[in-house]
Amino acid sequence: MNLLTVRGLSVDYATPNGPARAVHGIDFHVNQGEVIGLAGESGSGKSTVAKAIMRILQPPGFISGGSVLLNGRDVLTMSRSDLRDMRWTEMAMVFQSALDSLNPVLPIEAQFQDLAIARLGRRLAPAQLREFLRFVDLENRVLSSYPHQLSGGMRQRVGIALALVLKPKLLILDEPTTALDVVVQRHILRGLQRLQKELNFSILFITHDLPVLLAMSDRIIIMKDGLVCEADTPSALRRRPEHPYTQQLLASMQLLEDGGDGSPEERT
Amino acid sequence: MNFLLSKMGLYAVAGWAVITLNFLIPRLMPGDPASALFARFKGKLKPDAMEALRQQLGLNDAPLLKQYWDYIAQLAQGEFGLSIAFHPEPVLGVIKIGFIWTVGLSGVAVLISVVVGTGLGAYAAWRQGGRFDAIVPPAVAFLAAFPYFFLAMILLFFLGLEWGLFPLGMAYGPYSAPGFNGGFIYDLVSHGFLPCLTIVLASLSGWLFVMRNTMIGVMGDEYVCLAHAKGLSRRRIFVAYAMRNALLPSLTSFGMALGFIVSGALLTEVVFSYPGLGYLLLKAILSQDYPLMQGIFLMITLSVLLANILVDALYYVLDPRTRGGR
Repeated sequence: MNLLTVRGLSVDYATPNGPARAVHGIDFHVNQGEVIGLAGESGSGKSTVAKAIMRILQPPGFISGGSVLLNGRDVLTMSRSDLRDMRWTEMAMVFQSALDSLNPVLPIEAQFQDLAIARLGRRLAPAQLREFLRFVDLENRVLSSYPHQLSGGMRQRVGIALALVLKPKLLILDEPTTALDVVVQRHILRGLQRLQKELNFSILFITHDLPVLLAMSDRIIIMKDGLVCEADTPSALRRRPEHPYTQQLLASMQLLEDGGDGSPEERT
Repeated sequence: MNFLLSKMGLYAVAGWAVITLNFLIPRLMPGDPASALFARFKGKLKPDAMEALRQQLGLNDAPLLKQYWDYIAQLAQGEFGLSIAFHPEPVLGVIKIGFIWTVGLSGVAVLISVVVGTGLGAYAAWRQGGRFDAIVPPAVAFLAAFPYFFLAMILLFFLGLEWGLFPLGMAYGPYSAPGFNGGFIYDLVSHGFLPCLTIVLASLSGWLFVMRNTMIGVMGDEYVCLAHAKGLSRRRIFVAYAMRNALLPSLTSFGMALGFIVSGALLTEVVFSYPGLGYLLLKAILSQDYPLMQGIFLMITLSVLLANILVDALYYVLDPRTRGGR
């Protein structure tokens, strides 16, 4: 069953010379329990798609057409309060930059409790907090730390734990590991895969890192210039990439592998 | 803790520099205050009176180091010498009274200005582009374009003289005896109202714009966006996410402003004949009262230092990043 169905989604950015289209009516869907990769170079519109689905696009960006169905309900026409109820319980998001998505003046525990108070009407018990930290392999002392006291990898794991507090059915990850080094990245992604199997949520994973997607996605959607140019399973993409851009991407990857940089499977 | 300790070290050095400069400047000036005073009396003083004056001002022929040592020793005992304009009052006593009035007037005015200005700025940013944002900031900027003393004279002329709503000057009326009772407090407030209003109106815009601009920057930050997405209440986002972070830059200017409390209200005090330090300083300059001037300068510079220490301590509380340690 389709958890998320995106149909004809278009996003424009208002400019002094009229709207500039960033996403040109794209279609795709995410099934229950599936890991979908959304790949493309910077500027291809993949982050814009994520923000449009969550409806957190900041001006001058605006959604100019299409629909985003989540469990059959259109996110784009939801009222403000429905939207608030939907976010984090049905789909949650981990933001691109681990460094900037935590409030610098509040300790980590307060940022969990803020969410719990706003959405559950109560504070989380210490045992529950420990459980969320265990999910992402963090120690308890993180709770009393401030963001600046944590490393980039730890902050990103806090971001993932924060996204899981209300047990969402869909987790959108917007380049969650781009700013991190390869070892930390691999550690986080392994943990994420394990969690995904344990809690059985779907993932929409946005990155320009094709090797990572090839290794962990069920299907990959490749975007270029605001259009979907190809969507298929990793093995099919590897065997016979149809679009020239996909061929180019895979070729550039091949080049690195031949240089003895380790196989992509190893990088997850 | 290291942050505070190293700051304290810095302030100790600055404090020593201030005290030393205060000692050196009168001694490096061409001529000396005693001969200037002597000349003012146009021969009505005997030459040995001049020698006595020099002694009184601490300007003797002892080696500079010895003079410096005596000066420090006197300071340590709170001994600033005698005032000439208010002869024979000791300088310390004169300054004490002026200090209380100044801190009372400007302290209240700056606090009101900071709280109101920052609040208006934060709200204007929160409703950026709205009606409030379109009207209030420009209006406040318009008021701030007037110089302090001009605003003071306008207020004094209309509200004080023409309409007679407020008294024309001084800190309290000639017929009320200082004391902790309703009548005297009413008298104090009505005398302080116009000078206070002047300072608030003239300084409001600084606070408003600093806050509005940083707040707009902070509201575009990822963590505020994430807080919205998490569905936190708007009130919580406004206070703990946006405003709390936007306040930090304002805090630095607050330290500067606290220091200027002591000196900055000079013109306002002069227009309203308010007996604070600014008014005293004017009197000291007009009557070439060197001991008093020196005392007031020392007071002003030390207050600026003290205010900055306070702000650093506040920063330590408000910004966890300054607390150091990983």
